[in-house]
Amino acid sequence: MRSGIVYTETVIHSAPEAFAAEAPYQTAIISLDGGGRVTVRIEGDRVGIGDKGVEVEARNGVPFFRRAG
Amino acid sequence: MRPVAIIGIGKTPFGAFPDRDLRSLAVEAGEKALHNAQVRPEQIESFYLGNFAGPSFAGQNHLAPYVSTALGIQGVPSTRIEAACASSGSAFFHGWAEVAAGINDIVMVVGVEKMTSQPTARVSEILAEAGDCAGEMKAGSTFASLFAMIARRHMYDYGTKKEHLAAVAVKNHANGALNPDAHMRKPITLEQAMKGKPIADPLNIYDCSLISDGAAAVILAPLERAHEFTQKPIRVLGISQASDYVALDQKADITTFPAVRRAAEKAYQMAGVSPEDIEFAEIHDCFTIAEIIAIEDLGFVKKGEGGPFSFEGNTARTGKLPVNTSGGLKSKGHPVGATGVAQLCDLALQIRCEAGERQIPRHSLGLAQNLGGSGATCVVSILGAA
Repeated sequence: MRSGIVYTETVIHSAPEAFAAEAPYQTAIISLDGGGRVTVRIEGDRVGIGDKGVEVEARNGVPFFRRAG
Repeated sequence: MRPVAIIGIGKTPFGAFPDRDLRSLAVEAGEKALHNAQVRPEQIESFYLGNFAGPSFAGQNHLAPYVSTALGIQGVPSTRIEAACASSGSAFFHGWAEVAAGINDIVMVVGVEKMTSQPTARVSEILAEAGDCAGEMKAGSTFASLFAMIARRHMYDYGTKKEHLAAVAVKNHANGALNPDAHMRKPITLEQAMKGKPIADPLNIYDCSLISDGAAAVILAPLERAHEFTQKPIRVLGISQASDYVALDQKADITTFPAVRRAAEKAYQMAGVSPEDIEFAEIHDCFTIAEIIAIEDLGFVKKGEGGPFSFEGNTARTGKLPVNTSGGLKSKGHPVGATGVAQLCDLALQIRCEAGERQIPRHSLGLAQNLGGSGATCVVSILGAA
């Protein structure tokens, strides 16, 4: 599974129709350890810029990350 | 390349107009511009329509001739340009190029969007199509959340504060309160702006522009013919359009918009001016953080100083660089396809000294910056008295 550092993040309160039932939820851009960046959903504890994150799973092609350690 | 002038302007009020459709708004703005320039429809040699999502919002495609024929413009090229929220800035760039190149003399550019016929959640989905649908948007992003992530990183890198963002909203509402055509003519306090309903942290409802209906139009001509039509021509001194990645996660640094920097650099060069010569500006404040970053990328302040500069009142009508005397997208409203041309109309009103209560004393050289998506398109235009 991929891992990396949180480059930026937000907690979304006002969601599009398809995601409304899940709000509030957190999205983040992760700078991957192997290079490049990816936009992900955060599971579990909220993360902040500079935190380390690891991939938990992909759901419908969307990567879900969780705070490492 | 020949010098080009704006010879007529026209716009509808911005707001939520349940009884108006896309075409009637576009026609109203176009007819006002024709009247303003004393031009007859049959004199228009080419027509451009800036529109982002008419097919989704209004269920109608092939929009350019749909609008131009209703204006009585027959037989000439009629072209729609889509570039997200920079659709009509881009339409203006293409109309300008056609006149500058000598292909046609009298060219009309209209921008229009009819948004309020759809519920807000559906509007969000349609707007999201201007992002990367297979990546960031599939993960549940909204445009507010993309700009929220930009704001977070700007705060982290430069110490920008929530108060700085709120000050942009307060200033734009104060200006919009004086604009009879603005969607929301309501001054707000810093306390209110700090405590709005959360949308995507750190942005709240007061950091976000409005969902509006509206249209704006300009008519272009070669500068040498401008005085056939108007006593107050406006010269297009510099203009450029630039592009960048659609997806935010492909950008090396999300606290700056390379498309803004590039478009600005070329527009300044064409106009033969530098940022310190610009007397006032209409800036694409789709979110408060966007105005702060734009004044940095346009070279008005150093990188990272946009927040304090705004908070200290420098961008107020009485400040050293008035920004968004119209009220901006925040208070005037943001019918996305109309915004680019509306900004140019607002610059023209100031330059002609026709801005009423919001008229500023130094108004001979203005800049408009129109942004598409999270920075994938930018058009920068510099206008002055001819």
